[in-house]
Amino acid sequence: MIRILQYLGKSTRTSFTKLGRATYFLLQTVSGIPSVLLRPRLLLNQLYSVGVLSFLIITISGLFVGMVLGLQGYYTLSDFGAEETLGVMVAASLVRELGPVVSALLFAGRAGSALTAEIGLMKATEQLSGMEMMAVDPIKRIITPRFLAGLLAMPLLAALFSAVGIIGGQIIGSGLLGVDEGAYWSQMQASIDFHDDILNGVIKSIVFGFVTSWIALFEGSDAIPTSEGVSRATTRTVVNSAFSILGLDFILTALMFGE
Amino acid sequence: MDNSVSSQDSLVSVRNLSFSRGDKIIFDDISLDFERGKISAIMGPSGTGKTTLLKLIGGQLFPDKGSITVDGQNVHKLRRTELYNLRKRLGMLFQSGALLTDMSVYDNVAFPLREHTHLPESMIRTLVLMKLQAVGLRGARNLMPNELSGGMARRIALARAIALDPMMILYDEPFTGQDPISMGVLVHLIKSLNNILGLTSIIVSHDVHDTSAIADYIYVLSGGKIVGQGTPKEIQQSDSEWVQQFMTGAADGPVHFHYPAKDYVDDLMSVGKRY
Amino acid sequence: MQHTSTQDTLVGLFVAAGIVGLFFLSMQVSNLSSFGDEESYTIIARFENSGGLKVKSPVSAAGVKIGKVSSISFDPKTYQSVVHMSIYTQYNTIPTDTSASIYTAGLLGEQYVNLDPGGSEEYLQQDSAIEITQSAIILEKAIGQFLFKSAAEKK
Repeated sequence: MIRILQYLGKSTRTSFTKLGRATYFLLQTVSGIPSVLLRPRLLLNQLYSVGVLSFLIITISGLFVGMVLGLQGYYTLSDFGAEETLGVMVAASLVRELGPVVSALLFAGRAGSALTAEIGLMKATEQLSGMEMMAVDPIKRIITPRFLAGLLAMPLLAALFSAVGIIGGQIIGSGLLGVDEGAYWSQMQASIDFHDDILNGVIKSIVFGFVTSWIALFEGSDAIPTSEGVSRATTRTVVNSAFSILGLDFILTALMFGE
Repeated sequence: MDNSVSSQDSLVSVRNLSFSRGDKIIFDDISLDFERGKISAIMGPSGTGKTTLLKLIGGQLFPDKGSITVDGQNVHKLRRTELYNLRKRLGMLFQSGALLTDMSVYDNVAFPLREHTHLPESMIRTLVLMKLQAVGLRGARNLMPNELSGGMARRIALARAIALDPMMILYDEPFTGQDPISMGVLVHLIKSLNNILGLTSIIVSHDVHDTSAIADYIYVLSGGKIVGQGTPKEIQQSDSEWVQQFMTGAADGPVHFHYPAKDYVDDLMSVGKRY
Repeated sequence: MQHTSTQDTLVGLFVAAGIVGLFFLSMQVSNLSSFGDEESYTIIARFENSGGLKVKSPVSAAGVKIGKVSSISFDPKTYQSVVHMSIYTQYNTIPTDTSASIYTAGLLGEQYVNLDPGGSEEYLQQDSAIEITQSAIILEKAIGQFLFKSAAEKK
């Protein structure tokens, strides 16, 4: 019994110190933003590895998710004779939930894990330490550009995911199942609100981009500098990002769409 | 014996330094001086915190007690920008080379120049080629770090360390894991760079022969204390048993072959206990 | 880095694609294109009961959307619901004796205001009020009345 309490106490303490380190890390990262903005080349290089390299997986997944929504939605809605509202259903689920959430999960798996591994290996091979000894701040030179790139890329990727998904739903809905194309779009436009749906979705994806990049970069720089430590940190990035994305999604949804 | 060395011409002076990691005491009240323009070596068995000492000198770690002065500045009392300005005048050669893996050899050597100067690209090119020529690897400039052998990587890292013409270079185990030829090349390079550029060098190593071949002054560390110091000749003639064992590499001596354990016979006889 | 220019191009393409995606969502998917930019004028109608009518509910005539509800408030003197409607300026020939009713689109659909034009030569202006109104049909009430009536007839 005492042991369980001890274990509980110890794990509480370690998780608090980790949270403290993570917060300090975030503050350092954010304080590096002005100097990165003065050197946009650094940001551009990272936008490439974070954004462009995630582009394909995001668009292809988006297309398939949209097509599945089109199929499933059609079968359910046609029971009520409401096939015309298929566009609303596809668009609302993508824009509000699936777009931000699924693209963030994919982003954590594709870009987040790569970021953690990259930073962890740089730490293990003394590259970060070496940079520090060359009087170059690794936070400003390495961490902040990647953080900003994640923050910028995430909403763009989520928007692409939703847009491609809605087109995918339309391909299935009106191309294959015969929902009227005009009804698909006009019902959608009548029901999807720019402020309530689109903007809230964008805000969600920015929050997810922030959290995922933060977790990925922190786990990388907090990794034990061995190959095992780095691989564990990579796993932690994916798991912790997924938890945070889903948990935050619930909170954000309750705040945004609750009355 | 702590303050026996004159500190009037020392570039780095360590005073009464204590440092510990957790419960383990790494340094226990040691004082060292590294003279300007000389090659000094810190020797000792693995795990005595030689690399830690370099990190303390570079201001990456903070001591528990004591002070380290580099060129008249107390490293651990400097503000961040001052520390960074000091580091621009230090070169450090890491054991692994610590080259940036996503850049070519050329870009690696150009890295400190691009970060800290506003020189035009043509001037940077000239400087980079000069530094690469000095380490004999001008022809390797388009290779990526993963295409280099260990010895080449270390020479590139050396070219990068001298890119900003520092006043001092810290070498972390430069000879470890090198074949005899690259070892010879590195020994030659360290010696000639020190003489030609008028650098101060601090080498951390446990390689007895090559280090004593080029060092002007040697400190031998063990168990957080200085157990011997002097010129290579003095060290070799030291009457300390410990230093003798380290220099000759004898298997048993003051440092025992066996990890501390209870009596061998008793241990074998205590059947039934698992440990 | 020799590949800098192709990298730049790809990053440019990526950012452009993302912005096109956002633009597509705003313009094609949402109702952003259908409000804000169109000029409109306000007319007022008072209902005994505006039911489930909401701000932004459509206002239509002959089944065509001609405007939307801009505000709904309760008048504490007359105990009526005051509904302000923004009508698009292109429909500026609505007669003054037009009647307004609150209908439901389908059995479970949303409620909307339907305008039934009269025969007057004078047209509604900014802030003019519609006199003839018919309240929302409250389903529970209607069913209640129907049951009550049929029960009375049986007697």
